[in-house]
Amino acid sequence: MGRIYLDHAATTPTHPEVVKAMLPYFTEAFGNPSSIYSYGREARKAVEEARARVAELIGARTEEIIFTSGGTEADNFAIKGVAFANEHRGNHIITSSIEHHAVLEVCKFLERRGFKITYLPVDEYGMVDPQDVRRAITDKTILISVMHANNEVGTIEPIEEIGTIAREAGVYLHTDAVQTVGHIPVDVEKLKVDLLSLSAHKLYGPKGVGALYVRKGVRLVSLLHGGEQEKKRRAGTENVAGIVGLGKAAELARQSMDEEIHRLTSLRDRLIKGILERIDHSRLNGHPTRRLPNNVNVTVDYVEGESMLLNLDLEGICASTGSACSSSSLEPSHVLLALGLSPERAHGSLRFSLGKDNTEDDVDQVIEVLPRIVTKLRAMSPLFKG
Amino acid sequence: MSDPWSLYSEKVMEHFKNPRNVGEMENPDGVGRVGNPVCGDVMELYIRVREGIITEAKFKTFGCGAAIATSSMVTEMVKGKSIEEALQISNKAVAEALDGLPQAKMHCSVLAEQALRAAIDDYFRNHGNNSQ
Repeated sequence: MGRIYLDHAATTPTHPEVVKAMLPYFTEAFGNPSSIYSYGREARKAVEEARARVAELIGARTEEIIFTSGGTEADNFAIKGVAFANEHRGNHIITSSIEHHAVLEVCKFLERRGFKITYLPVDEYGMVDPQDVRRAITDKTILISVMHANNEVGTIEPIEEIGTIAREAGVYLHTDAVQTVGHIPVDVEKLKVDLLSLSAHKLYGPKGVGALYVRKGVRLVSLLHGGEQEKKRRAGTENVAGIVGLGKAAELARQSMDEEIHRLTSLRDRLIKGILERIDHSRLNGHPTRRLPNNVNVTVDYVEGESMLLNLDLEGICASTGSACSSSSLEPSHVLLALGLSPERAHGSLRFSLGKDNTEDDVDQVIEVLPRIVTKLRAMSPLFKG
Repeated sequence: MSDPWSLYSEKVMEHFKNPRNVGEMENPDGVGRVGNPVCGDVMELYIRVREGIITEAKFKTFGCGAAIATSSMVTEMVKGKSIEEALQISNKAVAEALDGLPQAKMHCSVLAEQALRAAIDDYFRNHGNNSQ
């Protein structure tokens, strides 16, 4: 049985051309970029070329890109880095209630250390209201961190409007763009952001590498101290092959983006329509149009998410859920709850995230299989009264 | 998101795929309903009792794979048992009969035990508690 992978928001397969670009940096070009002999210079050159590709993809200057071990480190670096470098100016940070844990948990950590955090609500579609950001700003506010697009429901946030407000107030703006870089146009000038996190493995690059964009002049404290890599901002020998992979992935993403947006949006809408038409008591979560081209998130009433996932897996379809039963915590997705879904509805959510290898046939297979699964589970459900 | 079901035993998966005794029961002698949709688990267990022996058990469950598998298993375990014997069935016994459950899913076996107790309590309420 062929498998259908529909969890690209979790991770993507590394593009074969990315793997090909990386391979020499494990073997013949294994040098440490800090060494001055030829091996080192080759590695250094590869790292800097990758930096240029990443900068190009997001409209940044090359020297504004700092490589990290991934999105989580980039988020930690941005928020803790700004918080600790600007403590003398203020201790207030504004974020949203639907951020990734890599942002929320950092904020909670800072809260325990005396920082004040405002967690902004979102509307029923998962949108942050820029006016709420404006109202939350005080003379102690040092950072605003709002994600570019939500990883669960795919809603694209009004970062540009928030950026305008942040600039006027003289407050730094960070955005977690892990779900958008390489998938939709991201331009740090247009978005008016000062810091931006990205991760390679969400755009067909390897796991374990990402980057933080830091606008020139932004003060931030390092998380890792040691050698003088990354202009003394992030110590540790560079993950050369990984960085090369990220660079290649960025280049490929730039080339295919327009076409992919078009293709995936059409697949996405076909999947949404098919599910909502064929399954009674199902609804779309997130914004109908301001959403990632590859994200489908639906709630199916009276059935629990993990049992749907398991049945889908038995049919070779890989997806995701916001149900608590898919994690060790007992709380369902904080994102779905923030959108106003009741806990029972949140337990019945399914996320399909499309990618470059998915076809119309894949989508049709889900539309074919899912209603059958739901019927079977509803027949078993004491909540369903037919 | 993590994938705890990768740790499900073959037996759990087998009961999940082909759950035994699914459905409602006409005129049951005892019904137990436990759990809460807010927590993502609701189990309803029905028993038929003849001369102190559970002759039939059925269930309906809203919940994860482990919740469905433990419901299925507990209905199999009680059949043919006396009420006294059925009261001895612990959540651990249900989990063991399924070749174990992931730690995060042990609460599902607790729910199965509670559903059975609730059904037996209901039976006592309906028929008088003359067996204890």
